[in-house]
Amino acid sequence: MTDAVPLLHTEGLTKHFRIGGGLHRQSLHAVDGVSLDIGTREIVALAGESGSGKSTIARLLARIYEPTAGEIYFGGRPLSALRSRSDMLAYRSDVPMVFQDPFSSINPVFRISHGILRSLKLHRPELSAAQRADETRRVFEIVGLSPAAEIMSRYPHELSGGQRQRVGFAQALAMKPKLILADEPVSMLDVSIRIGLLNLMKQLRDEQGVSIFYITHDIASARYVADRLIVMYAGQIAEAGPVEDVLAAPRHPYTQLLVSAVPDPKAELTVGADTDRGEPPRVIDPVPGCRFRYRCPLAIDECNSVTPRLLPLSPGHDAACHVAQSGAEVKVDSPVGRTEELIDRRPGRADQQVALGPVPPPARSRRSNSL
Amino acid sequence: MRTVPADALRTAAAQQELRGAGDPVPVLKVSDLSVAYQTRRGDVIAVDHVSFDLARGEFLGIVGESGCGKSTLLFAVARLLAPPAAITGGRVEFKGAELTGRSERELAPIRWKELSVVMQSAMNALNPVKSIAAQFADAMRAHGVTDKQEIADRSAEVLRMVSIDPAHLRSYPHQLSGGMRQRSMIAMALLFTPDLVIMDEPTSALDVVAQRSLMIQIKELQQQLGFAVIFVTHDMSLVSHFSDRLMVMYAGQVAEFGATRQVFDTPRHPYSAGLLDAFPSIRGPKVPLTGIPGSPPDLARPPLGCRFAARCPKVMDSCLTAAVDLYAVDDVLIRCLLQRENGALAGD
Repeated sequence: MTDAVPLLHTEGLTKHFRIGGGLHRQSLHAVDGVSLDIGTREIVALAGESGSGKSTIARLLARIYEPTAGEIYFGGRPLSALRSRSDMLAYRSDVPMVFQDPFSSINPVFRISHGILRSLKLHRPELSAAQRADETRRVFEIVGLSPAAEIMSRYPHELSGGQRQRVGFAQALAMKPKLILADEPVSMLDVSIRIGLLNLMKQLRDEQGVSIFYITHDIASARYVADRLIVMYAGQIAEAGPVEDVLAAPRHPYTQLLVSAVPDPKAELTVGADTDRGEPPRVIDPVPGCRFRYRCPLAIDECNSVTPRLLPLSPGHDAACHVAQSGAEVKVDSPVGRTEELIDRRPGRADQQVALGPVPPPARSRRSNSL
Repeated sequence: MRTVPADALRTAAAQQELRGAGDPVPVLKVSDLSVAYQTRRGDVIAVDHVSFDLARGEFLGIVGESGCGKSTLLFAVARLLAPPAAITGGRVEFKGAELTGRSERELAPIRWKELSVVMQSAMNALNPVKSIAAQFADAMRAHGVTDKQEIADRSAEVLRMVSIDPAHLRSYPHQLSGGMRQRSMIAMALLFTPDLVIMDEPTSALDVVAQRSLMIQIKELQQQLGFAVIFVTHDMSLVSHFSDRLMVMYAGQVAEFGATRQVFDTPRHPYSAGLLDAFPSIRGPKVPLTGIPGSPPDLARPPLGCRFAARCPKVMDSCLTAAVDLYAVDDVLIRCLLQRENGALAGD
């Protein structure tokens, strides 16, 4: 799993966004106190619903956002200590990112090789022009774009979605990276070619020795490629552990819900008596307590007042759930209830929008009242 | 968990149809429909001689990858095509009446009242500057319902049907979550209890949990109200438990078409088999998968023979020389030469 000093680890990583202004100022807790490790030569999948904070974590790790609190350590060094431009450049070439949309992440007016050649010039200035072209050809061959020389001279519109996403990985690979941040790299691709990209990720891990942080909402694909799985809910880690352990014996009720929602054409359809509506929460000025409690059929009193901490339940397998930590068996038959927003109900804010328990109350905003 | 056998979810009418004793007049009859996009590079045939019937209350799933013509087919059926796309051949009959030749004015009374459409992205389909109530009222007024109380009552009723609190009628689209927006689009499509609801990837922007909840809701409403559904998606596993029949499209043509269970249990076209194998499973042993390497052919210059030949693991010499017909094997239509011996040629 992880070595003594993991390649990258975070401690209490937190990102809050301010929304509204003046008297209406609120704080959206996108990521709250996330501590995770990524080892060398390891694919770690981060799964969760949209709005759970997955992409925010990727952007924090890519240093697109500054964390509100917490620290990211890369090879044991805190990132907040990186000050100089050369340090930043070095980090960015060690930890490049592959984006979700292969149609908008490549400049359409330049040849395919343009982006790679430019980034090589920036990050590996010791290379001559001929060496840069050789290097580009080399990474194109690695990601399965062949004949490389011919594809390099094409324009983006001449490539299919799958090929473009391979260009994204080639571009990351040209930096000789240690860790690739891949934010939903296959979700925009057709089902028939997704597997090809997932296989490429495994191949990069096995043959090039890079680690990959794979962000996805598709846990079946996470199982296919990843070594470890981290499940996020509402900005916090719900469960983390070796991918097979987590999926075969999920300890957090939310993971169980996620696993049961994956369509499996070979299985009989199971329908809960009262089906979960699947509304991911937006966490605005939260009060203490488990953020999953409104949807959780197993919630106990403690869940309403104490935020569960992520604790190991077996070696390497952690879950943030009071019920699971008490030793009771966590088995969700049919998750009920739903929630849209977790909002502080302090006096004076009650008129502001919704605050919810299991049943959604009517949305009432100032704007709709004025009509 | 309560286990519901797949058959129990099928509507009675559709089961009847599967047994071959359906309603004599289908809700929808599409015969030999072709659609072309006129481009400078010549005509791109996006839908190539597609035929199917849809019985009352039936749930038809259409799957295929992007660019296979599935959305174009829906738009042609709903007569929503805009230039450069145009129907170049074939007929669409809705409840026995021809749709293809009708003018916009003649189509207006049918649209939304008897045939409604749920678009892919509710984010773009709902008007951001109007409340849900105003958008519902707009649709009802366009069809001659002017009584305010009636509009308010019906709007509240359809929202309740999709499990949204009617108080949300006063909400604007941005105040609703993605799942709620998509459900309110479905509510809007049900304002007049149509006979046919066409859905173009209504769940693709949602998470797995919301996706499953929405699919179950659609199925329940369909059983309750008895409308027929054409459901287009690129995710084959999504419709596996919900559709009565399944059409797999490839490069503008029907590749395989039959009862959903049959197609899933014994996919006979190498493309459907490949699609089914392209999903990593969440249960069972982990097996290395390959997907279907390659990409679909350019429809402006379709290949002479089978359109899947370039990506097919079972390609033969005869696949490359002549277009392949649809063969009927056990009530399933398959466009593959491998079925030539055991199948009868299906007459379109």
